[in-house]
Amino acid sequence: MDRHLLSAADLSRDDAALVLDTAEEMRSVADRPIKKLPTLRGRTVVNLFFEDSTRTRISFEVAAKRLSADTINFTAKGSSLSKGESLKDTALTLQAIGADAVVVRHHDSGAPHRLAHAGWIDGSVVNAGDGTHEHPTQALLDAFTMRRHLGDLKGRRIVIVGDVLHSRVARSNALLLSTLGADVSLVGPPTLLPVGVESWPVEVGYDLDQALAKCDAVMMLRVQKERMNASYFPSAREYARRYGLDARRMALLPEHAVVLHPGPMNRGMEITADVADAARSLIVEQVTNGVAIRMAVLYLLLSGTPLPSPDTDLEGSR
Amino acid sequence: MTAPTAQDSSAAYVVRGAQPLGGDPVDLLLRDGRIAGIGPGLDAAGATVVDADGLVGLPGLVDLHTHLREPGREDAETVASGTAAAALGGFTAVHAMANTDPVADTAGVVEQVWNLGREAGHCDVHPVGAVTVGLLGERLAELGAMADSAARVRMFSDDGKCVSDAVLMRRALEYVKAFDGVVAQHAQESRLTEGAQMNEGELSGVLGLRGWPAVAEEAIIARDALLAGHVGSRLHVCHVSTAGSVEIVRWAKQKGWNITAEVTPHHLLLTDELAATYDPIYKVNPPLRTAADVEALRGALADGTIDVVATDHAPHPVEDKECEWAAAAFGMLGLETALSIVQHTMVDPGRLDWADVADRMSARPARIGRIEGQGRRLAEGEIANLVLYDPTATRSVDPTESASLSRNTPYAGRELPGRVVATFLRGRPTVLDGKLA
Repeated sequence: MDRHLLSAADLSRDDAALVLDTAEEMRSVADRPIKKLPTLRGRTVVNLFFEDSTRTRISFEVAAKRLSADTINFTAKGSSLSKGESLKDTALTLQAIGADAVVVRHHDSGAPHRLAHAGWIDGSVVNAGDGTHEHPTQALLDAFTMRRHLGDLKGRRIVIVGDVLHSRVARSNALLLSTLGADVSLVGPPTLLPVGVESWPVEVGYDLDQALAKCDAVMMLRVQKERMNASYFPSAREYARRYGLDARRMALLPEHAVVLHPGPMNRGMEITADVADAARSLIVEQVTNGVAIRMAVLYLLLSGTPLPSPDTDLEGSR
Repeated sequence: MTAPTAQDSSAAYVVRGAQPLGGDPVDLLLRDGRIAGIGPGLDAAGATVVDADGLVGLPGLVDLHTHLREPGREDAETVASGTAAAALGGFTAVHAMANTDPVADTAGVVEQVWNLGREAGHCDVHPVGAVTVGLLGERLAELGAMADSAARVRMFSDDGKCVSDAVLMRRALEYVKAFDGVVAQHAQESRLTEGAQMNEGELSGVLGLRGWPAVAEEAIIARDALLAGHVGSRLHVCHVSTAGSVEIVRWAKQKGWNITAEVTPHHLLLTDELAATYDPIYKVNPPLRTAADVEALRGALADGTIDVVATDHAPHPVEDKECEWAAAAFGMLGLETALSIVQHTMVDPGRLDWADVADRMSARPARIGRIEGQGRRLAEGEIANLVLYDPTATRSVDPTESASLSRNTPYAGRELPGRVVATFLRGRPTVLDGKLA
């Protein structure tokens, strides 16, 4: 694996498989009475959050702590960032305090890429969501969750629904799932599909009912109601009717098909409450798996080696 | 337009062995601000000899599109530093865009800029007047007062912003006819480009950067061409960047309408793929486009559909580029590298010869800007504005060597062909041996 994780495109098929397999090991740690490994003891992981995201930050924080790393939360509101300190100066500060990994969430696409490549810091950079670009650990945890329920994703049909244009989750998932050999379809109103999407390794459609009938998993994207003010769609009601997942549509799914959502959900908008809470909904499990995936990513980036073997006790591998 | 002064003519120079427009070597005697003699083996007793063996002689270059930032952003550039960069790039005249602070929308501001140019003395500075007060696009600035001022403004532009209101654009086009002015439009439909960061295409979708679609430029050019045709005025289109824009300009010219267009050096060379670095050094407005657009622009410059190369030299302090892409300023330096980029993209591949370069970078821009004494032939009796250029040299671009106060060149570390050896402004060297004289 590369030193950084900036895009799902950075991961080869083998890399992705390694992360997913490592996450399986990490997940088993959560079932132990003491949910902690000493593997990253003495290493410093900084959560650098320029954008509010309690769930992602907590997930990374728990992951780092379970690996015994020292964690520092650096958020825009609690630091000089809100007073206008530049990304560069923030990076130099993190370098000076000896950050081994920087987990960055930023409202601008490409900010993690800048952090990784501008020569300001030596540590690993993990993209925890940048603008409308990518969110690779979300895609990894989604793939991990689906794999646990569907088995190998090769040849599996996965439908991603909604605001692809503004979704970093959709971009990372389209890339990663294609790498893993799945057949990905994007479905949404044409206004919310990016120009050039036809060059992505996916199918594109506008009819959700049609797409659901033969899929193995459906992933609903969060849609901001404010988008209707920019005429991406006429009203929340019309959006929900054409692209929301409700009980009627859920009934169109094959028996084994699962439902995912990266959260936070707009219940009643892209997904109804009865679907979100249904047995085939994996939304809560996604959160659990997020910790395991982030443990695996931090472990692989910082230790630089795969786990010795699935059977070896993790405690010895530093 | 400025009459030669005593300072300009204090010394005589004889340029030995230069090749005017790449032709046969001759000597040029520069005296009293003019080309006093031209021919082989000139007798020039008392004149300082400039060895120009192997150098191409071109009329001094004229830039229709320069941001000098003064007044207001002297941290990025001053008239003195920007015109020094211009001279080093072979320019003897630049048009200073109006988006300063305060905006160049009154006779007072344009005269200030003009005077700063005269004091610096590196090249002539022709201020561009704002079309609308404060570049706000609401009402016409006092175009006539700027035209009548000492700066004798003939080109008007809200560059950086588009004159969006169709009625206002029509009135501006009509109004400047009274003093043979031209409206230079920054063609950008604002609603289609809100928050836009890069060319809209395959790559913008992948990178998650808000797209700046070609149609936002082309729609305005089409509208303005129709307006210019309708009212019989002169329209100049700034920084044409798309293949579609080229088609529209070509069509408007075929109609016989008085429309001219410019292309920047960076749009002749660089493509949107550079945005994948997320390095804002490549962030510019209009954005870098596709390879197909670059090819169309080169073709249009070769066949004359695009009249001129203009730099859109846009200095920015380091901190405005050393940041996130979306937070960064638009624009890149261009004066010191323009001729090299034109050689690389147009001359070396055989699409323009040096006479064509003189036409696109000197004669035509001088004509569009209605400035006298620039863009003339290298002939006896003409005002001695010229540049001596070594097309066989190569250099690696080092931003720290720029005369500009800013460092935002997109060519850092690139090997570029050619080197400006000397520039003469009315017979006086502004650059000798590649250094400010």
